[in-house]
Amino acid sequence: MSTAAISDTAALPKVKLDLLPILLVPGLMLLALPFVGSFSTWVTLTVAALAMGMMIFLMASGLTLVFGLMDVLNFGHGVFISFGAYMSLVALGPLAGWVESPNIWLNIGVLLACILVAMVVTGALGWAFERVVIRPVYGQHLKQILITMGGMIVAEQMIHVIWGASPIPLRLPEGLRGAIVIGDAAMEKYRVIAVVVGLTVFGAMYLVLNRTKIGLLIRAGVENAEMVEALGYKIRRLFVGVFIAGSALAGLGGVLWAFYRQTLTAGMGMEVNVLIFIVIIIGGLGSVGGCFTGALLVALVANYTGFLAPKLALGSSILLMVLILLWRPQGLYPVAKR
Amino acid sequence: MSDLLRLEGVHTHIAQYHILHGVDFAVPKGQLTMLLGRNGAGKTTTLRTIMGLWQASQGRVVFDGQDITKTATPEIAQSGIAYVPENMGIFADLTVRENMLLAAREGEIDMARLKWIFGLFPALERFWLLAAGSLSGGQKQMLAIARAIVEPRALLLIDEPTKGLAPAIIMNMIQAFKELKSTGATILLVEQNFLAAKLLGDNVAVMDDGRIVHTGAMAELAEDKSLQQKLLGLSMDAHQ
Repeated sequence: MSTAAISDTAALPKVKLDLLPILLVPGLMLLALPFVGSFSTWVTLTVAALAMGMMIFLMASGLTLVFGLMDVLNFGHGVFISFGAYMSLVALGPLAGWVESPNIWLNIGVLLACILVAMVVTGALGWAFERVVIRPVYGQHLKQILITMGGMIVAEQMIHVIWGASPIPLRLPEGLRGAIVIGDAAMEKYRVIAVVVGLTVFGAMYLVLNRTKIGLLIRAGVENAEMVEALGYKIRRLFVGVFIAGSALAGLGGVLWAFYRQTLTAGMGMEVNVLIFIVIIIGGLGSVGGCFTGALLVALVANYTGFLAPKLALGSSILLMVLILLWRPQGLYPVAKR
Repeated sequence: MSDLLRLEGVHTHIAQYHILHGVDFAVPKGQLTMLLGRNGAGKTTTLRTIMGLWQASQGRVVFDGQDITKTATPEIAQSGIAYVPENMGIFADLTVRENMLLAAREGEIDMARLKWIFGLFPALERFWLLAAGSLSGGQKQMLAIARAIVEPRALLLIDEPTKGLAPAIIMNMIQAFKELKSTGATILLVEQNFLAAKLLGDNVAVMDDGRIVHTGAMAELAEDKSLQQKLLGLSMDAHQ
């Protein structure tokens, strides 16, 4: 083949690495240190915040992709968190002996079993939810809000029917209780585990999104779903896959959240829903990196204000959202939309 | 020459608006057909209807002997039609390489073909690992076309590729299309730049108000100033 070259003398565009939002996380930590005063208290607060942030990220990451990919507002996302949490009960049934065992590996095995059962069940629930609740209302935002909220109320009542309306206490496995003490600083073992699980999932999501064809399709679909279809890919099938994965991740977050609170209530998903929406708005709708950064910022701000100014703690997330949207109206890491 | 694509009495509605009013024309195999017309004549709607992005409410779209009127967009693309929309449709957050990889449905990009594409559009090789969003308008257009030809496709639908480009880049783009034509590609090109239309087109279909009002050889229209005035409101010379 001969060539007809198109000349282009334009300079190489500069690659802009937008590190400012992620640098806010360590910046906020360091800023809080002199206000908290005691280094050991600061470490305890920071580790607790990171654990909470990771759990929020796990619960929110699926929702942000679902919104980005198909423009679907799923206000019923809390369903998967609550069901995931209650699946811990199901998994703990036959493994009750392992919970009180002094063997740390059996304790971790219990946690992994809970996570596995929760992810499988909430993934299946997500598939059914997409088919029955979401599919009839594609492209209709108002109906999506109404029907998904309705779906969540129905699911909450189903939990009441199956497990009763009273809160159910949930015991942490023996080896995961207590704290690791380094110097004067105490870090709860379970929170450290939550940080490790959160980082592992974030790393796995990063690899899938950036190193695989499926990930490439998801990132492209979040930007311009129509063009992905015009290239020959079935975006609906991809969306169902992402919805199932997002529901399973919410289930995983639900298990971690349940052991963190050590109590199960049917409304725990709905309670955390508001926080999740704040996180995905702060992060930039459709952005996994933004969701991760947003979750950490929300948790850090909530924990520090809870310690320094408890009366402000309740509204700290909203205040953070307002400040960030004033700075970046599309969120920390906005996705380029067509 | 047999027709690769044929539209028979195609009507398209977008919400309550009736945009196409019985479009009839054909795209012969191995030729470049220009689709001309004033703004709002229905050219983009015609391409989107062929791609299944908007459904025809009446009539038939026949591609390679198959009725694709009700076929879903991904299947239409898989059957061998590549589409470059007016807004180029590049993925700004993805790198040039990732944009090209997505278009290569076979999995890997054929290196010999990629070398040929780099010959057509050298900028893409330079900016291979950069985010597509950081490219200039002309470079984005090059990427959009390169993506459409990363694998051999039976038919290319291209919507206003020279829109908003500098004259020097337009001339180079015309050269690239000539090169593409010489490979035997079948192309349906929507264009407002009449110089590009005159230099590239084998055939022409002119639209007005959602209908085809003229079909024939491009050379005939290029020669006939009164016909240009009648169909397009202006002569091609005024647009060179």
